[in-house]
This record gives sequence, structure tokens and C-alpha cells, in this order.
Amino acid sequence: MFRRKTVAALLGTGLMLGATALSAAPTGQMLADTCAGCHGTDGGSTGPATPSIAGNAAVYIVDAMKAYQSGDRHSTIMGRIAKGYTDEELEAMAEVIASWPIHETSQQVDADKVAMGAEIYEDACTKCHDEKGSLADDEAGILYSQWLPWLNYSIEDFKAGHREMPKKMRKAIEKLSDEQIEAANQFFAGQPQK
Amino acid sequence: MSKFSRRDFVKIVGSTAAATAIGLPAFTAAAGSKKVVIVGGGTAGATAAKYIKRADSSVDVTVIEPNKDYYTCYLSNEVLGGGRKMESIRFGYDGLKGHGVNVVHDMVTAIDPAAKKVTTAGGDTFDYDRCIVAPGISLRYDTIEGYSKEAAEIMPHAWKAGAQTALLRKQLEAMPDGGTVVMAPPPNPFRCPPGPYERACQIGMYLKANKPKSKILIIDAKAKFSKQKLFMQAFEKHYAGMIEWQSVEAAGGVKSVDGAAMTVTTGNGDTIKGDVINIIPAQHAGTIAKTAGLTDDSGWCPIDGKTFESTIHKGIHVIGDAAIQAPLPKSGYAANSEAKVTAAAVVALLNGKDPGDPSWVNTCYSIVGPDDAISVAMVYNLVDGKVAKVDGSGGLTPMDSSPSDRAREVQYAYSWFNNITSDIFG
Repeated sequence: MFRRKTVAALLGTGLMLGATALSAAPTGQMLADTCAGCHGTDGGSTGPATPSIAGNAAVYIVDAMKAYQSGDRHSTIMGRIAKGYTDEELEAMAEVIASWPIHETSQQVDADKVAMGAEIYEDACTKCHDEKGSLADDEAGILYSQWLPWLNYSIEDFKAGHREMPKKMRKAIEKLSDEQIEAANQFFAGQPQK
Repeated sequence: MSKFSRRDFVKIVGSTAAATAIGLPAFTAAAGSKKVVIVGGGTAGATAAKYIKRADSSVDVTVIEPNKDYYTCYLSNEVLGGGRKMESIRFGYDGLKGHGVNVVHDMVTAIDPAAKKVTTAGGDTFDYDRCIVAPGISLRYDTIEGYSKEAAEIMPHAWKAGAQTALLRKQLEAMPDGGTVVMAPPPNPFRCPPGPYERACQIGMYLKANKPKSKILIIDAKAKFSKQKLFMQAFEKHYAGMIEWQSVEAAGGVKSVDGAAMTVTTGNGDTIKGDVINIIPAQHAGTIAKTAGLTDDSGWCPIDGKTFESTIHKGIHVIGDAAIQAPLPKSGYAANSEAKVTAAAVVALLNGKDPGDPSWVNTCYSIVGPDDAISVAMVYNLVDGKVAKVDGSGGLTPMDSSPSDRAREVQYAYSWFNNITSDIFG
């Protein structure tokens, strides 16, 4: 697992340096800066719904963009945008996005739900979304401090079959009520806790 | 190996690669005082200033902008609809100052490309190594008989947000139920191609809730328009019997107006009375672009696709609505995107480097009803020295997208507004 990630990271770096030397393609910075209009400067979204992309694993960003391209992952607008990039461009862009620090939001959450969500998180989510959903190396998307509407949209899409759910997640989700899932989302949205 | 150091390893590799890729002069100390003067502090100008400073803080960046407050054109339609306050579309320049940008509130009256000097109405001159001109649009008062700057105080264009937006909103509030709003969208090319039709929807939302017997008559200077099928769907779905669109082929557009009588006369010779008349006239690049000799016969500024450097005057880049950037549209997102590409190019050129290949994006939302927004998006690159759409990318919200997706697009539209304005002015 770790070896694969290291290779991916090094491969991405190599591609970027190669691109710079030849000056034959937009740099990762050039590509990643175009995201800011919707996802915020350096990938930190001011909300209310569009997710922050900063600090995600490069592999996660590339996989997400490819899933948008193919339609395997449902979207309103991302599918149309993702189709504009080659694999090399996605990798260069993703390396820069991965280098941005995870964004912290301040949003209204329900303290009781956050408390309930904390327990659900420990029981059901932590294996794949470690460190309160802030561990990029999990390659499961940064959930830490994400905007609540987006977390809710994501669950809606998973449950409706509009986005493929990893087996482990399906098993975990099946055991949870809607109320418990909402509480887990509130827990992620409510980070960092005050 | 702890989780922490693994993550750090990836981060360090990532950020090193990023710095190398853009050629950030991370180790170049103050390289003297290379000067960039930016004419206009709107979406394009303010973004360029911030992103030049981000890429190379040693560059001396001055923005010259007459207004102390900037009102965004985007989402000003929601102010007209009553769903948003003027205050929320107002932005100042403290953010730019915080990035080390000199902000001068004055009007540029001349640009001398030979001497590399900018002169202001206040009598100051500013030297530059590179100049970025981002004056937005000027409204043409020579295409509709009877329309003028003075007439715009009676029949507002509201195509530059601020006082004009407030005026049009006031008129809508004062209008009786059963009244008629006449709208005259401009011919191409113009700022914010879907704007007039989103405006009709936003005014429609207000009238439907408050003055349901009223009508909105759109007398267009064009035969077709941006996101047309989606807008026609919205007119039918949310405003049936209220909004009527008349193509130039049907009505001939608005040929003349009479402010005293509050009437418009169409190309077909029909005279129509309006209770509120919104004339959005034809447009050209902002006045200073013409004064500085940066425009061609079209009234807009020809540019090199890679750097947006003027093809008329070297050393001056033109970005935002004033440029001939097609197939990029004259939109806020495109202006922000053009500014970043040009900022990177200007920094590269000032440091004796080759500007890299550009990449642009446009994303534009229109809020057409309660919980109903539509969008258009596209990725652009450089092909044979010209801006080109990336094949297979982009397109419109599907006509049959679900109500839940349309509701999400409203939330994404608001997110777009918050993020882009903080990217520009924050």
C-alpha cells in the first residue's frame, strides 16, 4: 500500500519536472489555479456547498477526475470540466492540489449531532477516514471540515447508486440510520471542534 | 514510519514540484523594482495584481482604479430580484493592499507605450515595465436613437453594477401590479452573455411573488442567445404568461427610445410603452483602451493568445471583457482565469523566462428560479497561438437534469460567488 503511494507521488513529480523542462504543457500550478473560482484560493472553499479540494492525495484527485470523466461519479458540473484534461495534466494539477494545506471552515453545526456523530465516526468511519477524515494518505477524500451540504450530497449520491461505494463503506453504511449518517456528516463538518 | 511523516513527505514533494513547475523565484532576493501598472481594479485587474504578488512578491504592482468600492456584475441580478442586498456584492481593496499591492484611486487618462508611462486625471504619472489594461466595457450610446448617459438615468442599463442596479431595483419596487417591464438585450459581443436572460428570471421571481399580473417583454437585438433552450425551459416552467422573448427576426430589436414618453420603438415600427425599461446597449472595450489605441475596428482589443499581450502595443496586456478573447466568453470566471494566466506570463517575462503554456476555465451559473440554477462550463487551451476550446470538454446543464441537481447548482452558484470574490479581493 505504502509503496504504491510513494511510486505515485514520485511519478507525479517526475512528470511535472519533465513538463517544465520541455515547456510543452501547462504547469501544475497553472492548471490548479483555475480551480479557485469554485473551490477557493489554494483549494480552500468559502462555501456554502462546494467542497475544498486542498490537501487531498494526488491519487484521489486523479481518480475522482477520471470518474467524473467517465460518468462513474455523478456530478452537476465536474464531469463537463474534467473532460478538458489529459491524464498527464490531471496528475500535474493533482500534485499541486495535494500540496495545499487542508482548509478549515467555520460553519454552523448542531452540537448534539456532532457529539453523536463522533461516536458513529469511531465505530464506522475511522478505518478509511482516519484522523477525523484529514489523512490524505487514506485516499478516501478529505472529509475533515468539509461543507455540510456537500457531505450530504455525497451520501445521497452513494445511496442512490450514482457513485460507486467501496465494499467496506457499503457494509458500514447499511448498518446506519439516516439520522446516524447525518450525525457523522455533522461531525466532519464540525471540525475543528471549538 | 509515523503517519505524520508519511503525509509530510508527500506534501513536501508536492510543494517542491509545484514551486519548480511555475518557476517561482523562491531564492531570488529582491530583484530590484520591476514595475507592473494595472489599469482597472475589477475582476481581471484585481486578480492579476494578487496573482503577480503571489508568484513574485518582489514585483512592484500598482492598481489604478477610480472607484473605492467595486460592485460585481455577477449576482447583481439577484439584487434586482430582491433576494440579495447591494452590500453583499460590494468589495473593497484592503485585501489587495494586504498582499502588498499599491492601490491608487484615480482615473487613467493616457498610456504611452513608447515611454512606458501611465498618466492619471489627478496628474500623476507611473512608469512600468509591463502594463495590464483591464477596463471592462464601455456602453455605446450611438446605436439606439434617444438613448444616452442621461437617458440611462430614466431607462437604466444596470450593466455596470452599483448605482444603476439600485436605480433599476427602485423602479421595479415602484412599478404597479399589471405593469410591463421592457428589456432590450444587446447585440454580440457583450459582457455576460447569459446575463439578460437570468435577469428576466430574477425580475420574474420578484414580480411573480409581488406583482403577478405584470409582464416582462424582452425585445432582443439577437436571433439566439446563450443557454437559450435552458432559459426558454425556465421561462415556460416558472414564468409562463409573464416572460415573452422576441427575437430580432420577429420584432427587429429596439431602434429608438423616448424617455419622456417611456416608450421604445422596434425595428418593425411598433411603439411599446413600459413601466420599467431596461436598455442594455451595445458595448465596446472600456474607454481607456480606445484612448490608448489598444482597440481595433471592432471596438475591442486584439491580443496574443498566449500572454494576452496587445498585438498593437508591446508591453501592454489586455485582459477581461475588453479583450478579444473568443472563444473565451466575456464573463467573470473567464476574466479571473485570464488574469491568472497573464499574471504568470508577466512574472515569467519580467524574470527573463519563457511564459508557459496557458490553461483557462470558464464556469457560469444562472439562477433561473427558486432552487433552480443552470450552468455552462468549458476548458480552454492554446492551439496554434490562439485560444481554443478543449475538444470534448464543457457544455451545458442537461435539459432533463433532476430537480435535486438544479437545487445543488443554486448552492454551487453561491459557492462560486463566494469563492471567486475571495480569490479576487480577499
